[in-house]
Amino acid sequence: MLLTITLAPHTDAYPASDLGFLLHKHPDRVQTIDAGSGTATVFYPESSPARATAALLLEVDPIALVRGKKTGPEAFALGQYVNDRPYAASSLLAVAIKRAFSTAMTGRCDSRPELAASELPLTIHVPACPARRGGADLVRRLFEPLGWQVDAVAPPLAAGLDWGPAPYVDLTLTGRLRLADALSHLYVLLPVLDDAKHYWVGADEVDKLVRRAEGWLASHPERGLITDRYLAHRRSFVSDAVARLAALDDASDDEAAPAASGCVVDEPTDRTPLRQQRLDAVLAVLRAVGARRVADLGCGEGLYLRALLDDPMFTEVLGIDVSARELDKAERRLERLSDSQRARVTLRQGSLTYTDPALAAFDALLLIEVIEHVESDRLASLEASVFGVRAAHVVVTTPNAEYNAIYGLASGQLRHADHRFEWTRSEFADWAHGVAERHGYAVEFRGVGEADDDLGTPTQLALFTREAS
Amino acid sequence: MTPVRIPALSLVVLIGVSGSGKTTFAREKFAPYEAISSDACRALVSGDENSQEASGDAFDVLHYVAGKRLDRGLLTVVDATNVGRDSRAALIKLARDHDVLPVAIVLDAGLDVAIERNRNRPDRPFGDGPIRRQQAQLAKSIKHLGKEGFRQVHMLRGPDEIAAASIVREPLLNDRRDLAGPFDIVGDVHGCLAELLDLLARLGYAVQRDDEGRPIDVSHPDGRTLVFVGDLVDRGPDIAGVLRLAIGATASGHALAVPGNHEAKLIRALDGHDVKRTHGMAETLDQLAVETPEFRAAVRAWCYGLVSHLVLDDGRLVVAHAGLKEAYHGRASGRVRAFALYGDTTGETDDYGLPVRYPWAEDYRGRALVAYGHTPTPTLEWVNNTICLDTGCVFGGRLSALRYPERETVSVDAARVYFAPAKPLVAPATRAVDELRIDDVSGRRSIETSAMGRVTITAEDAAGALEVMSRFALHPRLVPYLPPTMSPVATSRREGYLEHPDEAFAQFAEWGVPRVICEEKHMGSRAVVYLRPARRQAHDPGGAVYTRTGRSFFSPAVSAELVTRISDAVCAAGLFDELDTDWLLLDAELLPWSVKATGLLREQYAPVGAAALLALPPAADALAAAASRGLDVNVLAARTQQRLTNARAYDEAWRRYVWPTDGLDGVQVAPFQVLAAEGRTFATVDHEWHLGVADRLVQVSPDLFRPTRRTIVAVTDDASRADGVQWWEALTEAGGEGMVVKPLANLTKLPQGGLAQPGLKVRGREYLRIIYGPDYTLPENLGRLRDRNLSRKRSLALREYVLGLEALDRLVAGEPLWRVHEAVFGVLALESEPVDPRL
Repeated sequence: MLLTITLAPHTDAYPASDLGFLLHKHPDRVQTIDAGSGTATVFYPESSPARATAALLLEVDPIALVRGKKTGPEAFALGQYVNDRPYAASSLLAVAIKRAFSTAMTGRCDSRPELAASELPLTIHVPACPARRGGADLVRRLFEPLGWQVDAVAPPLAAGLDWGPAPYVDLTLTGRLRLADALSHLYVLLPVLDDAKHYWVGADEVDKLVRRAEGWLASHPERGLITDRYLAHRRSFVSDAVARLAALDDASDDEAAPAASGCVVDEPTDRTPLRQQRLDAVLAVLRAVGARRVADLGCGEGLYLRALLDDPMFTEVLGIDVSARELDKAERRLERLSDSQRARVTLRQGSLTYTDPALAAFDALLLIEVIEHVESDRLASLEASVFGVRAAHVVVTTPNAEYNAIYGLASGQLRHADHRFEWTRSEFADWAHGVAERHGYAVEFRGVGEADDDLGTPTQLALFTREAS
Repeated sequence: MTPVRIPALSLVVLIGVSGSGKTTFAREKFAPYEAISSDACRALVSGDENSQEASGDAFDVLHYVAGKRLDRGLLTVVDATNVGRDSRAALIKLARDHDVLPVAIVLDAGLDVAIERNRNRPDRPFGDGPIRRQQAQLAKSIKHLGKEGFRQVHMLRGPDEIAAASIVREPLLNDRRDLAGPFDIVGDVHGCLAELLDLLARLGYAVQRDDEGRPIDVSHPDGRTLVFVGDLVDRGPDIAGVLRLAIGATASGHALAVPGNHEAKLIRALDGHDVKRTHGMAETLDQLAVETPEFRAAVRAWCYGLVSHLVLDDGRLVVAHAGLKEAYHGRASGRVRAFALYGDTTGETDDYGLPVRYPWAEDYRGRALVAYGHTPTPTLEWVNNTICLDTGCVFGGRLSALRYPERETVSVDAARVYFAPAKPLVAPATRAVDELRIDDVSGRRSIETSAMGRVTITAEDAAGALEVMSRFALHPRLVPYLPPTMSPVATSRREGYLEHPDEAFAQFAEWGVPRVICEEKHMGSRAVVYLRPARRQAHDPGGAVYTRTGRSFFSPAVSAELVTRISDAVCAAGLFDELDTDWLLLDAELLPWSVKATGLLREQYAPVGAAALLALPPAADALAAAASRGLDVNVLAARTQQRLTNARAYDEAWRRYVWPTDGLDGVQVAPFQVLAAEGRTFATVDHEWHLGVADRLVQVSPDLFRPTRRTIVAVTDDASRADGVQWWEALTEAGGEGMVVKPLANLTKLPQGGLAQPGLKVRGREYLRIIYGPDYTLPENLGRLRDRNLSRKRSLALREYVLGLEALDRLVAGEPLWRVHEAVFGVLALESEPVDPRL
């Protein structure tokens, strides 16, 4: 990956080749720097009194990048050798900038102090600048407020295929800025623009980057986006068995994300959140029917389990989830509970594809926001494994598709990336009545959340009660 | 020698005071580990075998170990004094809990002998008192042992008799594993003699008659044995005639029978108990009333002599009237008998006042075939290797038989309705056949394969597979097979190459495989095509085309269309007829790769090319400018130029995997192996045949199917090998992905045991850029990449291969879904193991 910095003064107050002093790199030498991920080379393609260009060329070692992390969480994702890291200007280049031009970044230049303190006519060229989630427009929004004139052109992702623009721009920044500020801008904003998997040399790099931007970040109009993206990159990557299996099917990592993530809808935060209302509604139903042994099918990280354990009326609580990863999280959260609370709860991996005879011991089975994650042709299996158990009560909640209009979703758009369907109230009722009839249950419906006169409530709840035979 | 006859599976309780010689007896008369001593258990939990304060824990251990042994069907001897009634009661309960017979063997060496022996044992300093007390306790209870629940009580008195006793183990009455059949198992007859004779004729039996022309015996020219599942009596028109035939045929050994609930009730009626004449009992009693008293006595004796269930053919077949769960096979207890006669009930009653039957067969996971009757059903249906043969003949249905081991059913229609059913004969509509249970797949498992013994699946791998199978895959019914991973060839040392055909040929030569077939590796996704006749369920798509992890390639509508097109072609090619099948499972490649991998191509492959072609030209230009200034950047400039060339090659490489498709337009299928059809697999049929089948499909439908180019190489012939190398070079230089080298004969056993790899892939030099990165060919990279370990991949490939074969074998054998799915799930679980995905 490449970065060039060109100084072309309009006056002859100083020669352009003074760029060498400012960068602490002699224009007539070729210097190599260990940049952690590979070797950075600083050289000058041109250097004259009128115009000088310093180039920073970073050669990433893609094999070391993969093999160096053999035991790390990213060791086995397929894309590693096939990777834009050797080409795109990413956090790796930011690290190289820091290592190659550390003194220049501080603004110190003993031999040309006045130049270091001055705003100079600079042109910076980043030929493969990442622009994920935002494109050329985002590049402008990030650099223009800092005083740059931005020329950002995204080529097609694949010529001849109708795949839209590439997630990179050929970026040229021109402006009059202090060199130290210019370097600081690149150092902080290149990783923000990259917004992809990062290969931080060390975890503390994030903090260093933010500190580096102290002078200008506070007043930057996109400050929120900049800090958000840093924080987002701290997440660890999915890298367990599920991700490996997804890779087998040539799926991208996002497709293997747990069902719990990937929410499209941001629920309003100014009143009781919907998920709290849903929890309250479900607990109220369970108390009303006098359930004591409750199994939460699709317990996720255990929100309902903890609520159930807080009420001693629920003597036995079983959490089942298809994802071992979610169960681990639930397990860790339950560790904080008292011994007597923990004694009432059991966690187990399971799925609606497979029946579980142990469910027969429970009075109430919960299917909270679960059915919409099941392919519609598998609902018959779900029905057999849940209602075939003949528990006294089954509580099912699912989104009300009609209400999506209030969230501003287009017709047919789903609230969550892993939802396989979302039902209207009548679709849900049709399904529920059919199930009830086939398995000997009575069913009643409740709305959960703020009701709209026409569209109903955001969540719909069905309470199934087994009929005496 | 005093023979002590005990049931081969029983809980033997030794009873005798301290010093009566129980431990010696147990050691001399039973096999090692058969006897569990309370003293040993005391020592295990406390370190001291005489520690009385540890007795509670010691007996817990004893009961636990004895229970585990009984679960496993092992005779177990309890070596403890057992002179107290409480201790014996606990053991009788233990035996009943495991459905084995409790047997008491009392060792009465004599008080003096016992006292004398204890005095000579320094570790028992407790004096004579305890022994006298034990003897008194024993004397008090000895008469009541039978009443306590022991099914047999053996008394051995005096040291000589104890020493001379010899244990004789007798098989249980239900244990007829020695009978191998073949059998014809007949469902509930209920006095329908005409239909029975009709059925017997259909089955090929000759009927022997008495002087009055009444059937009294049967015989089959092939020596087959008839088996009645019970309920011969009640309701029907000629109950006495059916009984006469059954009694005669069982007496001659030409037939076997188990009792039904109606026979059990008849015994009570014949014994003079007050039995309601309902459910058809009136017919029986009326018909028997006109028979002789001798005949009635014979009927009573015959019914009484029937054993609750029969275990036949080395344990592979179990016959019981109402079915039998696996834990009860070959066991004897009140509840085993009750289950066999009446089945399992939920404790509820239905709208007709009849008990609701618990569908035990859905939970059945045993290896033995269970044939039963009892519950009238309109259709004969296999559920988890069980079959109910009661097709309601007396209610105007049919009389049915199962031919074993053929597993074929034969039915004859009833002449008329003889008895009105209490409720209409309908199959439960909502019952899902062969539902899978969570414990069919979760946790650590060991899967027995016929090709390579046990394959172990770790709990962690199973957990990953469970999620993928549940969240993304098609229903397991539509996924009866998953393809194994394939290992690459050993790494080449040839300059500029990571993989080369030479190593493949050398490897197969080393394995003793004389001829291999090199098959073009298609540039698509592995696909399994499952064509099957549409079943009763309305939503059944009639087949599936799915990926390596069981996902459908297409939406249901498009998938159904593809299945139909492939099915039509298979039909037009005459394959269904030729293979005498109405279903087919094909191994194939589906093209283009972009059908499945568009996300990956757009998010990963295309951006890398775009970034490289943005970054490298300016870098090359900058270096050229620097060089022209006289700076020493020659090495870097040359390398950057080379990287630019590599990036362009890479960009071309992935582009070959993309072509536009619209629905099925542009989609092609390249079948290369027939996996299974009705009754058979094709794992040992040579690959030329398989590709010949593929060629015929291509001929029928050249747009839909794509041929697989191939060449055959004799691996020990230099010229042939050179031709093979040349073929590969031409293929890959023209942009092909590479080839797969397989033993021509297909499944190949190695002389030293084990199997040869079913195939080794040799990938093209350019293709590998999209695996190892555009610059993998740079010498400094290639050198490092050659350091790759294939052994794990090879081992996985073989384990997955045999699991796949196992799944196919189970599928064609008509085994229940859970058995097929176990092996399929195993493949997916192994695929979740962390292995370098570039291999």
